[in-house]
Amino acid sequence: MSGQNSSNQSDSFLSKPAVQSILAALLCIVIGLLIGYIALLIISPKGATEAIITILKNYFTYPTKAAAMKYLGNTLVKAAPLLMCALSIQFCYQAGLFNIGAAGQYVAGAGASLFCALALKLPWFVCLLAALIAGGLFGVIVGLLKSYLNVNEVISGIMLNWIGLYTVNMLLSGVKETASPYTVSVASTNEAALLPSLGMEKLFSNNKYVTIAIPLAILVAILLKVVLSMTVFGYEIKATGIAKDAAKYSGMKEKRNVIITLFIGGALAGIGAAFLFLSGYEQWSVTQSSVPSMGFNGIAATFLGGLDPIGTIFASYFIQHITSGGSYLDKNIYPSQISDFISAIIIYLCGFVLFFKLYLNGYLRKRAERAKERGISKKEEGGNF
Amino acid sequence: MVLLLQYTLLFASVLILVALGGCFSEHSGVINLGLEGIMVMGALGGALTLKYISPNTPALLIVLAVIAASVLSGAIYSVLLAVACINLKADQTLVGTALNMLAAAAATVIVKSINMAENPDNVSSTVQYVQSKKALVVPIGSFQFNWFMLVALIALILAYVILYKTRFGLRLMACGEHPQAADSVGINVYTMRWAGVLISGMLAGIGGIVYITAGVSEWKFEVGVAGFGFLALAVMIFGQWKPINIGLAALLFGFFRALSNVYSGFDFLSALNIPGSVYNMMPYIISLIVLAFTSSNSRAPKAEGIPYDKGSR
Repeated sequence: MSGQNSSNQSDSFLSKPAVQSILAALLCIVIGLLIGYIALLIISPKGATEAIITILKNYFTYPTKAAAMKYLGNTLVKAAPLLMCALSIQFCYQAGLFNIGAAGQYVAGAGASLFCALALKLPWFVCLLAALIAGGLFGVIVGLLKSYLNVNEVISGIMLNWIGLYTVNMLLSGVKETASPYTVSVASTNEAALLPSLGMEKLFSNNKYVTIAIPLAILVAILLKVVLSMTVFGYEIKATGIAKDAAKYSGMKEKRNVIITLFIGGALAGIGAAFLFLSGYEQWSVTQSSVPSMGFNGIAATFLGGLDPIGTIFASYFIQHITSGGSYLDKNIYPSQISDFISAIIIYLCGFVLFFKLYLNGYLRKRAERAKERGISKKEEGGNF
Repeated sequence: MVLLLQYTLLFASVLILVALGGCFSEHSGVINLGLEGIMVMGALGGALTLKYISPNTPALLIVLAVIAASVLSGAIYSVLLAVACINLKADQTLVGTALNMLAAAAATVIVKSINMAENPDNVSSTVQYVQSKKALVVPIGSFQFNWFMLVALIALILAYVILYKTRFGLRLMACGEHPQAADSVGINVYTMRWAGVLISGMLAGIGGIVYITAGVSEWKFEVGVAGFGFLALAVMIFGQWKPINIGLAALLFGFFRALSNVYSGFDFLSALNIPGSVYNMMPYIISLIVLAFTSSNSRAPKAEGIPYDKGSR
């Protein structure tokens, strides 16, 4: 009797959507890591086990706690913009839009914030605002094309990614170092443009790149969760995503919603870029010929996070964790892109999450029915006596 | 001028091949956003063949071997899309995007590992094929005829004949327009969609190798194929999913892409002193404008992007 009870309990536990999302995400991670491990084995079987552990350990490879904390800081510095890109894609996905243009909106944000910081010498909050507007405008272009001219948002997004890249390269070539293709450093040119750290660097062994960007990104995630689940606007966005025509029929302005959604999405990605470049952690290379991968990794993070802002916080951290971990590999044996490979596998597997949930629910339903039948047949037997 | 013509035809060939790939896939009802990734994989297969084949092999054999390798790697890679989108009913946009990222990462990892195994100091992701690449071109005066131009033309004619004149093609298109109706008259929708995706994998695979051998004799796999898979999708939409229109659209886009390669050779263009980035941007800007004008009354296959479920009628 007690056995049946506990199996019922585990069934109802498994049928919770949140539990299923977490389970699916963990399954994706495990399979992704396994395939990554197999790839490492093929490249060189000798150090493969050590290599996959290195990727997973990331900053824990440092022996002292102080050094580990410092490099945890570095991972977080890059996880914050990743989270913003992931949130951008996620917010748009709720409205049924696949915002692959997040990569370009991120580029636009980087260009605007660095231009304001380095060429116009403006303080950080103005640079942040500029990034927000630039990213948002890139989003709005996609939104206008989508809602009024029926242009597929994925294709227009990709085109804008490249247009953004070349435009920003041109824009920033005026503020680059003379000897290198990199933009001049924010810290030495205009210190007022650096994001304030509010003393947080002390927690991370004086890692000067740790700024308010990290708590702000988490705050934005929580804010989005609230907007999506508790406001009329969030409800309209989700309704537009699930059934566009029904939303229109019930009086929601679906065209306006699409444009606003993409503005917000673009703004999020743009701010993400400012979070990275205004921390001084990285400089923009004006000769780069491929779109930064941050926006694309955001896709991995958002789907791994089960399309939930809170889940995405953890997923972004995880994706950045293994990406940073990849850079500690022995570069003469293993390419560091093995981390990108694992992230890509994880995204591919996320495509099966829906199937996994369907399968799990079908299985649970069958079990419940069988248990019910058994219960009924037992009763009937009892009645016969 | 000859150079401009040559590059226009080359880039148009790439776009024709890949856009026809997209065309087959979409006519069967599957949106193939992974074309970019399939191109990278096809390019990888072809480039490795070029790298390892002896330059003394007869030219025709080299061309055929390269095409076979690219077709095969493209088709094998597209299986990942077919399984996910047709059988497991995954989100086609998500899977396509995943394939693009996976191809870029996998190709870089593979090439780097090969390079490092050969020489531990070589950590680049570049494949070189200087000698064997010569087999692909036949100089006619100052014009360098590339065998792939012919391949693209043949593919274009074949695509037209297959789609409109054969039973297979008409059935394929039925599955993209109204799969339930197709199923009710005994057409296996799943098989047809598999065929569509595999054909798109083969064509995009060749497109990949054509792109990376156009004008250069080495390729750095870290950069992928620079959005060409998506440009091809724009060409396909502009061509309204019809092979002949796709051919014409590809010529237009190919021209603008070629300009960015050769603009410095024209006195009046270089006198304008426009930065190179502007020319690089040109194909993408043109495609945005073109999409804006052609998307509103699009003739897209009606059932594309919707996974087919036998149970739902």
